[in-house]
Amino acid sequence: MANKETDNDLSALDHEKQSNIIRKTLVTKLIAFIQLYAIYIIIFGELGPGGGFQGGVILGSSIIIYILIFGLEDGRKRISQKTSDLFSSTGALIYAGVGLLAIFFGGHFLQYGAFPLGGSDVANHYGIMAVEIGIGITVAATMIILFCEMIGRD
Amino acid sequence: MADLVLLFFLIVCAVAAVVQKELLNSVIILSIYSLIMAVVWVRLGAVDVAITEAAVGAGISTVLFIAVLTRVKRREELTRIRLQILPLIVVLAVGLTLIYGTLDMPDFGSPAAVTNTHVVPRYLEKGVEETGTDNYVAGILASYRGYDTLGETTVIFTAGLCVVLLLRSNKKRL
Repeated sequence: MANKETDNDLSALDHEKQSNIIRKTLVTKLIAFIQLYAIYIIIFGELGPGGGFQGGVILGSSIIIYILIFGLEDGRKRISQKTSDLFSSTGALIYAGVGLLAIFFGGHFLQYGAFPLGGSDVANHYGIMAVEIGIGITVAATMIILFCEMIGRD
Repeated sequence: MADLVLLFFLIVCAVAAVVQKELLNSVIILSIYSLIMAVVWVRLGAVDVAITEAAVGAGISTVLFIAVLTRVKRREELTRIRLQILPLIVVLAVGLTLIYGTLDMPDFGSPAAVTNTHVVPRYLEKGVEETGTDNYVAGILASYRGYDTLGETTVIFTAGLCVVLLLRSNKKRL
């Protein structure tokens, strides 16, 4: 009787591991494309729809789907708590840093045109790109923090 | 015609999300609401808002709601509905006064509206050469109104900080 029960348990675990293989394989193959799409939306936000916020959300959700399929401990091995906390503040620091850099070059706060990169529109272009990357990093890290804190057990 | 169909489905989704007792159903119906809303934004010509609505409303918001549902009760309790006359009269009066106040405003999207004549012509004329981007929305968001976007980024960072302060326990260091 006991053997029959353990046989049933083992077959159930085996079944779950096999049924999870499809999801795990799918996620490991898809994450690269999701992250590439997110970076594309951040960088091409100036030419088409998109921008820092949208790309950051998609970047964060690529890590969230990894945590959903593989579990919180495995996800924490990839992105530790300290890493996500650090990145969350780094993005806002980049944004304010670009603004202060504009003061160093003689303009007002966040006046990208003051950068000596050759013309007001070229300097603005690079300033906007740097700022969008900062926004993307902050939003992605904050989404990961929100999700991990919500599902973590006390 | 398509707009009316979309509006009808929006109302159906909104009412259904409120009426449901099982909260998981409400969350999924809200995600459908976000999807229909993204289509409405595209019909109105606001593609940046549409991609934000699709990514945030139908994507992250649903996932975060379901993550919260792992910690709270998943069924709402039945409450008795009592009709209260005085609050109903107050709400109707305020609502009708607001609708009466909008009758004097210019038509939706008319070129004579104040929002379209104050700074928008300057943004549209000099946008490309002053901000260096072809997308006016990105230019206004990051260059003309860059200070506001810095505030938005700080708000998102503060929200993450508050969740960490409230929910993170120091017992297990993962």
